[in-house]
Amino acid sequence: MYSDDFLYTKDHEWVRVEDGEATLGITHYAQEELGDIVFVELPEVGTTVDAGDTLGSVESVKAVSDIYAPVGGEVIEVNEILEDKPEMMNEDPHGDGWIAKIRLSDKSDLDKLFSADDYEAYIKEEKEK
Amino acid sequence: MTNRVRRHISIDEKLLFDQATGNRSSFELAPLDVDYPGADRLLPRELVREDVPHFPELNEVEVNRHFTRLSTYNYFIDLGLYPLGSCTMKYNPKINEKMARIPSFAEAHPLQLHENTQGCLRLMKHLEEMLLAVTGMAGATLQPLAGAHGEMTGMMLIRAALEARGNPRRTVLIPDSAHGTNPASAVLCGYDAITLKSNSKGCIDLAELREKLDENVACLMLTNPNTLGVFEENILEISRLVHENGSLIYMDGANFNAFMGIARPGEMGIDVMHLNLHKTFSTPHGGGGPGAGPVVVGEELLPFLPVPVIYEKADGELTLDYDRPASIGKVAGFYGNFGVLVRALTYMMRLGRDGIKAVAEHAVLNANYLRHHLQDVYHLEYGQPTMHEVVFDDRYQEEFGVSTMDIAKRLLEYGFHPPTVYFPLIVHGAMMIEPTETETKEELDAFIETMKQIAAEARANPAVFRQAPQALRTARLDETGAARTPILTWQQARES
Amino acid sequence: MKYIPHSAAEIESMLQSMGLKELSDLFRHVPEGVLVSSELPIPEGQSEMELDRYFREVAGMNNGVMEFSTFLGAGAYHHHIPAVIDSLISRAEFYTAYTPYQAEVSQGTLQAIFEYQSMVSMLTGMDVTNASMYDGATAVAEAVLMANRVRKGTKALVASSVHPFYRWVLQTYVRNFSIELVEVPFTEEGRLCTDSLQKALDDDVFTVLVQSPNFFGVIEDLEAIAGLAHDRKALLISAFTEALSLPILKSPGDCGADIVAGEGQSFGIPLSFGGPYLGIFSTNTPHVRKMPGRVVGMTKDAAGRPGFVLTLSTREQHIRREKATSNICTNQGLCALMAAIYLAHAGKSGLRLVAEQNLAKAHFAAAALEKLPGVKRRFSGPFFNEFVVRLPVDPHEFARYCKNSKLVPGVPLKWFYPEMTNELLVCVTELNTRAEIEDMADLLGVYCSKGGLL
Repeated sequence: MYSDDFLYTKDHEWVRVEDGEATLGITHYAQEELGDIVFVELPEVGTTVDAGDTLGSVESVKAVSDIYAPVGGEVIEVNEILEDKPEMMNEDPHGDGWIAKIRLSDKSDLDKLFSADDYEAYIKEEKEK
Repeated sequence: MTNRVRRHISIDEKLLFDQATGNRSSFELAPLDVDYPGADRLLPRELVREDVPHFPELNEVEVNRHFTRLSTYNYFIDLGLYPLGSCTMKYNPKINEKMARIPSFAEAHPLQLHENTQGCLRLMKHLEEMLLAVTGMAGATLQPLAGAHGEMTGMMLIRAALEARGNPRRTVLIPDSAHGTNPASAVLCGYDAITLKSNSKGCIDLAELREKLDENVACLMLTNPNTLGVFEENILEISRLVHENGSLIYMDGANFNAFMGIARPGEMGIDVMHLNLHKTFSTPHGGGGPGAGPVVVGEELLPFLPVPVIYEKADGELTLDYDRPASIGKVAGFYGNFGVLVRALTYMMRLGRDGIKAVAEHAVLNANYLRHHLQDVYHLEYGQPTMHEVVFDDRYQEEFGVSTMDIAKRLLEYGFHPPTVYFPLIVHGAMMIEPTETETKEELDAFIETMKQIAAEARANPAVFRQAPQALRTARLDETGAARTPILTWQQARES
Repeated sequence: MKYIPHSAAEIESMLQSMGLKELSDLFRHVPEGVLVSSELPIPEGQSEMELDRYFREVAGMNNGVMEFSTFLGAGAYHHHIPAVIDSLISRAEFYTAYTPYQAEVSQGTLQAIFEYQSMVSMLTGMDVTNASMYDGATAVAEAVLMANRVRKGTKALVASSVHPFYRWVLQTYVRNFSIELVEVPFTEEGRLCTDSLQKALDDDVFTVLVQSPNFFGVIEDLEAIAGLAHDRKALLISAFTEALSLPILKSPGDCGADIVAGEGQSFGIPLSFGGPYLGIFSTNTPHVRKMPGRVVGMTKDAAGRPGFVLTLSTREQHIRREKATSNICTNQGLCALMAAIYLAHAGKSGLRLVAEQNLAKAHFAAAALEKLPGVKRRFSGPFFNEFVVRLPVDPHEFARYCKNSKLVPGVPLKWFYPEMTNELLVCVTELNTRAEIEDMADLLGVYCSKGGLL
């Protein structure tokens, strides 16, 4: 289910790094917990964030949850398609439902993230709670 | 099994805007008795509006029929049990309505000279006295216009009192079972909300409270009985701990109907509390307001009450006192939802001391009766004795693929309004049931029978839940679509 | 028992079925230390007959409410209320229903509120309107908080001609936020001073709040103010207290307002000593998810039929808790329904009719008063149904003098603006007859001619 090409956060986001650019989105587990997503508040291109800062938010009919920056850096692109089609995040959370791209300012931010195995163990724990 | 399903006569009442229109208005005034040269002559032309495009134009007969037809689509307490937990849907006595409509109350302008509105002020004073008597508190403001508005006012009072002591502090402790308005109100007053985990009994965990009580804590906001319907058995100890820490206690009075006349918040060490007149004191909910959320306070908070405060002069004349330098200010345009206050006072006077106590006793009786007769078929996460409401969940039905939402929709098909669902958040799949004291035993028995029937159906024929409700005028509505592409006016509907 | 339908036998059987003996057994888990030891210190309950007597007696203490002719406005207005409103809202289907959370059995309330949202949006000239706020004052306060969510900043510019009570409530609401309220003065016209506004508009300003018609009844030049505010990327909040000005004045939306907030009491809601009233709140689509309060949306049911639901509820406290856009919950649903019925009944032509009568009578009154020596309108700006006159006598004393003639001439302004020692705010609506207006002018003439020494 969870690809080894990605890293994951405890806030149920994924990150894929290519050439110093981190693409991020919410995980399959997160979209399932939220249910039908109805609105996404995207960050503005050009803003600089630290790891853990709020980037925006995702709303479903019954819940709303913040999107946190898994890594620090400058937001260089956002997935504007989500503004009209937020359901992409339900349909393809790890692909077309990506949220934003950040140019990494500090690679060591990546060290704090989960591997796929760790993340799967983590959500197993969450489910049992 | 009595099948109480109702079908509505009028199936499709069009929107006002989609009805025949044009020159049909029957709205009239007395003929104009002064010269009128036209709007363009009295006002600069650029300020005048020519037209309000698409605005409806109907005859009184049509308007009356339109809204009457719409009304038939509603469920309402006069029709039957409305067991929404925490909402206290009880009978709204008709005498309340009559009193609020007495012309010299209904037509009193708020800025009349006080000497001309002594009647209004007298009623407000009287209600204040009644509320203080049942709560055992020192002072009151009737100004807040709803429960959440009262909460915000109460939290402002706490902040003001702590500022006067020298330090407003930074955080507010709120149990995880609390109403969502609590943290929202705390934040409006500049506090960070810190969640207190409930213990295995669903109550405040004393060890957790001790641990989280530090010098930053301004106050503990608690609901008693809490949203599980459980009376905080350690309330006196909680109160002692909080006050020893230099913090104050806010009590959400949404559930005061469970113990009025039996215990008094003032004697539990509560510093501030709001009351929902539209819950506890029988004023109508009006399909979403107007309510009223008076706030009662202890001695220390008196100087900070919102202005104006009703004040009785030596000669017995009542007046409004604005000259209170420590006051938090004003929280509403005028003095509160006066029309709602009249209704609540009528109710309290009608009940009197014994009647008020009887309300609590019978509200608790009815809730426990439902609990007792349903606990074999619906799961109870917390087994503590409960007061005026009981929280079941869908654990027993889950294995058949039937959820709380399905049960709620199925109840509609049987002609009952469902309970509050998925709240409190600490119970997975919660169904929070509050029958109130004004239900007959017959109505309670019918509800029990129906709930049992539904539990049996979940086991035997879960398929019936899939499409529920089908027997009603309106089937399950697409909330996702509504939120994704909001259509909030007829104008937007026309464009989409 | 009052409102408790059980017989003694039923109570006994219910208790028995639970293995209990007495009602007090139900409270055994309530710690003894908190139980009240004595009876509540309030009287025994009374019959309807006795209450009728009592409330009529207390109502009688309101001498002056019924028999006086009044020119009081200042945020609460006497208007004709068609009988059909009270008849419809007295239907238990409406007034004894809860907030329409359970949409399938609340379509009546939901559709009516949707119609309210639609009609009010037409009048305010905005895209959307919420299901209601508590009252005008709190709607305006919430508008400022919302503006601060849309556009970060620390300063709100507030016209000092906004209703003083509204400004007071706003001050209370923002006292725990990092928001500074800066007042902008008015001119001799009674309008917002645009020079002062321009000077005060810096990058920290996130909103400009004006009221039109303002507290003095003067209609503001909203377009000019919107232009100045928008030049500095500040939002314009256009407030109002007299909703019946909307059908005749160019809409705040057309003038460029970003949020319109005000009092809807004039739409068929009785004065009722200050409440319940109706907070109106409109904004445009780009900001809708930052809007406080509940809102009804149109959707379809499973069978494809149109229907209505409360929507965008993730903004609200029960989901967002401490991150909610506001803590507002129960609001003024029935008052919004009253407004919907009023608006539908009056219709386009009826609204124009009321608005024109107000306009005509207020101008007639202003002219009648200005004919008196020493009496002059304080502000020269255009007005709708309220205006300020400066008297050669003390307005408070004049008001007392009028009492014998069963007339309330208006609101003396000294209490609100200490420098306005001789100013009286007069409101004239369709309910005021020409004879009443002439009576007031006569009384004032006599009183002034005697030098206010009666």
